[in-house]
Amino acid sequence: MLDAQVFQRLGDFTLDTSLAVPAEGVTALFGRSGSGKSSLIRLIAGLGMPEVGTIRLGDTWLVDTRRRRWVPPHRRQLGVVFQEARLFPHYSVRGNLRYGMPRASRDAFDDLVDLLGIGHLLARTPGRLSGGEARRVAIGRALLSCPRMLLMDEPLTGLDGARKQELLHYIRRLARDTGVPILFVSHDTREIGALADRVALIEEGRVMASGPVDEMFARLDLGPRTGRFEASSLIEARILAHDQALCLTRLALPGMEAGEALSVARLEGAVGDAVRLRLRARDVGVAPSGAPPLPDVACIPATLREMGDEAHSPFVEVMLDVGGQALRARLSRDAIAQMELQVGHALQARLRSVTVSRHDMVVVT
Amino acid sequence: MLTPLEWEALALSLRVSGIAVAAILLPGIALAYILARFDFPGKTLLDGVVHLPLVLPPVVVGYLLLVSLGRQSPLGQWLHETFDVSLPFTWQGAALAGAVMAFPLLVRAVRLSLEAVDRKLEDAARTLGAGRLKTFMTITLPLTLPGILTGGVLAFARSLSEFGATITFAANIPGETRTLPLALYSLVQTPGKEAAAARLCVISVVVALVALVTSEWLARRARHRLEGRHA
Repeated sequence: MLDAQVFQRLGDFTLDTSLAVPAEGVTALFGRSGSGKSSLIRLIAGLGMPEVGTIRLGDTWLVDTRRRRWVPPHRRQLGVVFQEARLFPHYSVRGNLRYGMPRASRDAFDDLVDLLGIGHLLARTPGRLSGGEARRVAIGRALLSCPRMLLMDEPLTGLDGARKQELLHYIRRLARDTGVPILFVSHDTREIGALADRVALIEEGRVMASGPVDEMFARLDLGPRTGRFEASSLIEARILAHDQALCLTRLALPGMEAGEALSVARLEGAVGDAVRLRLRARDVGVAPSGAPPLPDVACIPATLREMGDEAHSPFVEVMLDVGGQALRARLSRDAIAQMELQVGHALQARLRSVTVSRHDMVVVT
Repeated sequence: MLTPLEWEALALSLRVSGIAVAAILLPGIALAYILARFDFPGKTLLDGVVHLPLVLPPVVVGYLLLVSLGRQSPLGQWLHETFDVSLPFTWQGAALAGAVMAFPLLVRAVRLSLEAVDRKLEDAARTLGAGRLKTFMTITLPLTLPGILTGGVLAFARSLSEFGATITFAANIPGETRTLPLALYSLVQTPGKEAAAARLCVISVVVALVALVTSEWLARRARHRLEGRHA
């Protein structure tokens, strides 16, 4: 839906890249600080002008330097949520929300206020909001301007863990309920794992790779580029059962045999719901097929699909196939030698249940 | 409580200063905006010219006004023939002298306040569908309000106290251009009028105090509305 091809020099930094964002779901623009993420967002929002390039939203040309076309920011129909909430201090929360709102969207106002849980804040001034509340109001304000796409520039930065989780939850709901496509800028793999459907990886002003989030997480070759994505993989599991007494939820992972389950902290969600798990490679172990079970450790039949090879490292990153999904594991060279592992071998992936924290799980449906 | 003469001088002063401030308010804000937001060749020169009245002796300003707007000058002649307006030796002239002297104070205060406005808020407004004008009217201007109030009151006070340029350009005509400072000056020059002069002095102090206190109160109210952000 959004296609950008831009070139711009900013001091001794050059942004020279193309980016495509589909018309639905959450696309994450991932990169370290200084990689050009925010500059790219500014160009798309119209707060800067590329030296050369084109930006197209659907069938509208926002920028075409060759034909001297440049749509000013207020006519781009893009909602922007900035890193700092940037609420207007002289308007109430209600005034902020209504600032960009067309008169006709009264119903949308009530619905969105409900969705974001900010109904009790409407009469306050922005100065009396907490960080998380202010971000939610900023998101609501951007959405009420009826944008064709929502750009979010690291909207979770500076929030503590619990507030971050809460806001992630709201953003997921928005993506699902409003149908507005989101371009989400982040340097945090955990946020991306919890939110994104697709990832574009930007480095030194250029988008190096992009694709569905699970594939991007599973690409061993991107490891060194991304700080190993904090080396993790995304696995889609299902809720098998809840155990009220033990405060546990039991999950079925792909490829898991009947009767097996991964026990994690109690999740909100119905039996049968899909759960997206972010599993760190260093938490995934490997054992030979038929090795005896251990308490508190889930066993998943797996096939060794790929072995990374990094010289001068005591560890090797391997990619396992579990029920058709890619699971990444980090092993010592020692273990690989002892088990005589080779690509194609059948084995067991092992996962201690306590390594999966609440922050690593999102109920998807 | 006040004698007719005192009333006359006070009312004239308030009217002259009020009109002076009203006349420079919009151009002052516009010029402050240009100086705060744009870079262009000749900016330093423009800045200097605007601030000249602050550093020139007021008599020089009055003299320059007289030379450029007097009946003999082309501009003065044109004004007289086209609009039947004559500025020297009239209360309108006194207002002009006050306005010129007060202008740099207004521009300075508004400019400082404008430069303190967070441009990121303006960017946010633009992405919410506000054009340049709407952004200015709904974001920039309200956030500059404390500075505009302060600048306006400063300009009003400066205009009230204007003496040199007024007496040079508009002279000291009772009921026409004899504002409080000029009336006080006349009384001081007249033997036996010391008590009357002292009364005018007290009136001047009271007017100035009222202006300052009002401005402080207004600015505090405006700031209170904006303050929330650091709470």
